[in-house]
Amino acid sequence: MVAVLGGLPDSVLAFIYLVAGVMFIQGLRDMTHPRTAPRGNLISAGGMALAVGITVLVTEILSPVLLFAGLLVGAAVGGWLAVTVETTEMPQLVGLFNGFGGGASALVAGAELIGMFDAGSFQLGVTATAALAGLIGSVTFWGSLVAAGKLHGVVDDSAVRYDGEQAVKALFLVLAVLAGLHLVVRPTLIGSVPLAAWVPSYWLLVAAASILGVLLVIPIGGADMPVVIALLNSYSGLAAATTGFVLDNSVLIIAGTLVGASGLILTVIMCESMNRSLANVFFGGIGEESESDDEMEDIYEGNITTTSPEEVEMTLDVADRVVIVPGYGMAVAQAQHAVAELAELLDEAGVDVEFGIHPVAGRMPGHMNVLLAEADVPYEKLRDLEEINPTFSQTDVVIVIGANDVVNPSANEAGSGPLAGMPILDVGEARTVIVNKRSLSPGFSGVPNPLFARDNTNMLFGDGKETMQELVNVYKENH
Amino acid sequence: MTFVQNLTFFVLAAFVGYEIITKIPTNLHTPLMSGANAISGITLIGSVVVAGSAGMASQSSTIATALGFVAVVMATVNVVGGYLVTNSMLDQFRSDDGRGGD
Repeated sequence: MVAVLGGLPDSVLAFIYLVAGVMFIQGLRDMTHPRTAPRGNLISAGGMALAVGITVLVTEILSPVLLFAGLLVGAAVGGWLAVTVETTEMPQLVGLFNGFGGGASALVAGAELIGMFDAGSFQLGVTATAALAGLIGSVTFWGSLVAAGKLHGVVDDSAVRYDGEQAVKALFLVLAVLAGLHLVVRPTLIGSVPLAAWVPSYWLLVAAASILGVLLVIPIGGADMPVVIALLNSYSGLAAATTGFVLDNSVLIIAGTLVGASGLILTVIMCESMNRSLANVFFGGIGEESESDDEMEDIYEGNITTTSPEEVEMTLDVADRVVIVPGYGMAVAQAQHAVAELAELLDEAGVDVEFGIHPVAGRMPGHMNVLLAEADVPYEKLRDLEEINPTFSQTDVVIVIGANDVVNPSANEAGSGPLAGMPILDVGEARTVIVNKRSLSPGFSGVPNPLFARDNTNMLFGDGKETMQELVNVYKENH
Repeated sequence: MTFVQNLTFFVLAAFVGYEIITKIPTNLHTPLMSGANAISGITLIGSVVVAGSAGMASQSSTIATALGFVAVVMATVNVVGGYLVTNSMLDQFRSDDGRGGD
């Protein structure tokens, strides 16, 4: 198939790419408000359609059947996944899509290198950026697959640590870097022997980086997934940007860099919300058994007050202001609809209801917000940590559902525990705290939670969905 | 274009990205991530070029075409799936606006 617009001057093509780049930027700008965000997504998608469309038209396509088959298969698979996904499976799907973008970048860089080998010319800037694209893209692909697997429950989601872990990772990183250096310095030769046409040093790099990607994410526990997903998001952008350097393509660089910046900012926000460095998340040892059962018994013994949905209903009956604090447990129990119904009932009864959402609650940035939005909770009721914390002292009842570490007051105490210095939701300031949990087992950090033993805390044990539904039913009977 | 020109795009885009994304509220972090994710599928352009332009003339270009084909599939999954998922997420946020009266 001859290029349809083969005669199009390069400057016109570059201009169209610029328009697409501007559409991506405007699309992201519209994401700053829920009202304009859907429009932003459409503008961004329009930019993508424009950029891809013009590329298909100007490229001299030698195997059109193959190309369109690829586009069709990809669109069908992507569309099917997007339409059939449950809201609770959103984190792993976003992780999976991420990985595909990164993997595609690594393959494109490899294919381009092979093309250059045929043409007999390697440029330093191209081989260097191809090596980077291969490294970042492969780490993104395999890291994302492992992360998605952990989120989907097909890979062990606990923190898997082993002896010599850092040395093993360093080994594969060094291997990848050496292969990359070889690609840059001697792209066509091994010693004095000509290299095979498929550029083996690049694929050695890809292999080492792939193993590295798996090793980097395997040791990370479930509760740190928001950081991992955000960082891999950033990497998939950087992989696209570096591929843009390889192909000398401006729109790839612009779009990829925007994504890289976005993912990096989210990563930093997630790390700050846990008062941990990125290095600590990736190489630190949180999630190990750090507290003995004895210590937990010391804190909890004789100090736990349990309650029932009937009692909670009576407490709610005299409350003027209620704050609901959801955590990952709400997502696991799929309790968001029952919680939303409770909030609506309270709202109708004239109670001031708000949700206090910790930035790292859940398994990806903004996870709780999406779940509650799906359950039709108005976004005006969703408050972040800085907004909600000063209001707890004027709050009558706080209902904590499926959250633990993010409301653990030991984070405020001096010390060096896994939670030390982490900003938390100060729910203990409220007059009454109701905690719905299945048991007293510690959160991901392994630290017991003194909140549960406080005088103003009542434990409402049980499955999140069932308990909240029961509470809703009791509330309805009495109103 | 030279390497330095490309680097210019990179640096300026990084600053633009930083300025915009720090303004996005936590409420929208998931759709932002998912939407940005879809944008990273821009690598599809590169996939189209390498999948389309390499013929079956030699053994190595067959490899390049095969790699390009896989890349096209993966990048298209990323683009189509990413935009659709973001759209359905944002629909849920949007429905809240309509609910204001009830």
